[in-house]
Amino acid sequence: MYQGWKMLELQGLTKIYNTGDKALSDVTLTIPDGQVVALIGPSGAGKSTLIRCVNRLVQPTSGSATLDNVNVTALGAAGLRKARRKMGMIFQEYALVERLTVMENVLSGRLGYVGFFRSLFRKFPQKDVDEAYRLLDRVGLLEMADKRADALSGGQRQRVGICRALIQDPSLLLVDEPTASLDPKTSRQIMRLIVELCTERGLAAIINIHDVALAQMFVQRVVGLKLGVVVFDGGPDDLLPEVLTDIYGEEDWEATIEKVDDEDEEA
Amino acid sequence: MSAALEAKLGQAWKKPPFITNPVFRWVLIGGSILYFVVALGGIEVSWDRIVKGMDYGKRFITAFGGIFVALFDYIRDVFPWLSETFPRFFGPPTGNDPSDSRWIEIWTEKEIIKGLYESIVMTVASTVVGIAISIPIALGAAGNIAPMPIYLFCRAVIALSRALNEIIVAIILVAILGFGPLAGFITLSFATIGFLAKLLAEDIENMNKQQAEAVKSTGSSWGQWINFGVQPQVMPRLIGLSMYRLDINFRESAVLGLVGAGGIGATLNTAFDRYEFDTVAAILLTIIIIVMILEYLSGVIRGRVQ
Amino acid sequence: MPTLEKDGRKIWQVRTTKSQLIRWGAWLVGLAAFIFSWKEISDNTLWFMMDNVGEVVADIAGRATPPAWSFVFELGRPIWDTLAIATLGTFFSLVMAVPVAFLAARNTTPSKVLVRPIALLIIVSTRSVNSLIWALLLVSIVGPGVLAGLIAISIRSIGFCAKLLYEAIEEINVVQVEAIKATGASPMQVMAYGIVPQIMPAFAGIAVFRWDINIRESTVLGLVGAGGIGLALQSSLNVLAWPKVSLILLVILVAVVIGEWVSAKVRGAII
Ligand SMILES: Nc1ncnc2c1ncn2[C@@H]1O[C@H](COP(=O)(O)OP(=O)(O)O)[C@@H](O)[C@H]1O
Ligand SMILES: [Mg+2]
Repeated sequence: MYQGWKMLELQGLTKIYNTGDKALSDVTLTIPDGQVVALIGPSGAGKSTLIRCVNRLVQPTSGSATLDNVNVTALGAAGLRKARRKMGMIFQEYALVERLTVMENVLSGRLGYVGFFRSLFRKFPQKDVDEAYRLLDRVGLLEMADKRADALSGGQRQRVGICRALIQDPSLLLVDEPTASLDPKTSRQIMRLIVELCTERGLAAIINIHDVALAQMFVQRVVGLKLGVVVFDGGPDDLLPEVLTDIYGEEDWEATIEKVDDEDEEA
Repeated sequence: MSAALEAKLGQAWKKPPFITNPVFRWVLIGGSILYFVVALGGIEVSWDRIVKGMDYGKRFITAFGGIFVALFDYIRDVFPWLSETFPRFFGPPTGNDPSDSRWIEIWTEKEIIKGLYESIVMTVASTVVGIAISIPIALGAAGNIAPMPIYLFCRAVIALSRALNEIIVAIILVAILGFGPLAGFITLSFATIGFLAKLLAEDIENMNKQQAEAVKSTGSSWGQWINFGVQPQVMPRLIGLSMYRLDINFRESAVLGLVGAGGIGATLNTAFDRYEFDTVAAILLTIIIIVMILEYLSGVIRGRVQ
Repeated sequence: MPTLEKDGRKIWQVRTTKSQLIRWGAWLVGLAAFIFSWKEISDNTLWFMMDNVGEVVADIAGRATPPAWSFVFELGRPIWDTLAIATLGTFFSLVMAVPVAFLAARNTTPSKVLVRPIALLIIVSTRSVNSLIWALLLVSIVGPGVLAGLIAISIRSIGFCAKLLYEAIEEINVVQVEAIKATGASPMQVMAYGIVPQIMPAFAGIAVFRWDINIRESTVLGLVGAGGIGLALQSSLNVLAWPKVSLILLVILVAVVIGEWVSAKVRGAII
């Protein structure tokens, strides 16, 4: 299963919030170059905490996260900003800056690369602007470039969020429940788009998701998290009903898993 | 690659302007800059006077700092347990007799207490009367429960009260009633009506119709309807707004004295005229402290009722 | 449900006994304070002077009408000054209020123990003191004139604007800010892209709201010598030129109404 070099390596990652909640305990995980991993688990399992500890929106209590041989956990402020450029993040509620235009939102992915005054006056290098247009064209939103983000639908917003993450030219995508606020059809489209783009660009990705069927449809590897502990790590086909019952509790898993096969594909 | 994309590649990108019409945009920007320059340039500045005034400024700041320290020492000397409980913050006691404090001296000698007392009395009386009159006016000014002629009348009262600055009302009333707190009291009561009745009327207009309708459908009289259908819904906000207005009225009462309408303002004016910055600083510090206390109390009470 | 046991039966009550007591207590205290205050005011009033209030009103009204219409042509400069005090004062106060607001907001302050209390102190002290008092102070420092009024309005408005603005900053959506942080943006860039766009509508609303208030306040600053139309009012009052006084009051009323109308229009356009 481990082909390329290690893109991300988590060593004993632990997070205890100051409320006392132990959200992650001793998570050790290696993700090779170009692999897309689905992180599943019930709400509160620590999925968001895990990916936030990687780019340090949340400060881990102990353990380390190493991205491409750089120990992100030990970096100072400047080093961290540099490392964050290599990690694109996609959020559940899209997290677009609502009052900015689509183009500004996409270009904000380049903030780590341009100086303050250039970014303040929106004077981005032409190659960034071109790349933004290419990405918007790729996700089918070229016409929306100058619309304000709050004028878009949920699916469209998430596409903009994807463009913002990709324009960073990352080597790893951190994706937090990309489909939780979308309807089932749009959810599948967005998942497919993310996975396709990862393949096109050879990106590694962690995708948090609690829709098991959706995860099984698209990824090569699934990691199961329960109360902050990794309880499963394997291929999508190894997700047997017993495993799911262990992670999520009792439910009719046959039906869920079967649904995957019945799902018809549409673009 | 789509044709649309090909057309855009290599093209510069600019954020679409907030005002789309370029002529209007430039007229607005140019006009604003021009106004700014002309208005600022038209202000006469007398540097000689400022150089001389800097001395006053320094004296005021020194006086303010001095009175602040004197107050601090006074508190420490009156409550020795503070030094024991918070030694890091209060430091050791000075051992002076609290009644010799400079703060007390200024405070008692210059009729500050009398002026403040009058301000507080005006504040309390005008807030109570203002609320009492605001309630019927607010009911009359709520479009959903008042008949048209009453609505128009009440709205006119509110508009008048809001348009007239307190100081101007006070000037007129002093001309009619003579110097003294009565003019200030009426001024503040009138201003309270404009403030409270307007916000309260909006509240009544926005209240939950179903709740009020439910009470009405039981066949209650108008009075009962107001009492059971309307009042419970707007009461918390009425209390909150009243506390807020008490705070505003106190601040305003501090300046009404400048035009002879009673309160601490007259004392303050005299102190400024005589360049007695110790007195000025003591008054300002007292006002700030009282306003802070009122703000804190109103915050607590608003938190309680809502 | 609040109930009361009586003869073994439960009797329904609107409120519990304790909260009812507090309620009555509050009413009683309020009433006592009012009666006491009213007595003080009454004792300080020469009531025999009130016997002919009607005549005084009629007398003043008679003298004040008709307003001295032609005097309006001499008010050009005072009106211009009043507008300048309000507009420039709002501008300068906003320039100072923005940094204060960022230092005071819990989510942007560099230090909650050191910097935030200082910012809050600036807010409280500028807000608690009326602009007329600031004007008095500044007249004694920079001398009488428009400059004193301008500085007074600027200082007085800092606390007001900074308070509303920092409350708006505290209410922003943090996820949008995190998203910008996650791109590797510097703190200044996070401010410019994540925070500023979110508070822009609040900022514009506050600016216009305060401008409206400042128009009202700047009309009376002249009473203490700080320039504007209040100065003309003061000098007309001093010589009991009632027709001029009534005209000035009319002009002020019109200015205030126009100010309120403009601010309502602009606010409507923004939101
Ligand atoms: N900011 C926070 N402060 C305190 N506890 C938190 C915070 N964020 C998450 N938690 C707790 O950490 C645990 C894991 O949360 P999270 O990572 O959001 O789970 P998931 O994304 O899998 O739903 C939960 O018990 C949650 O209550
Ligand atoms: Mg989550």
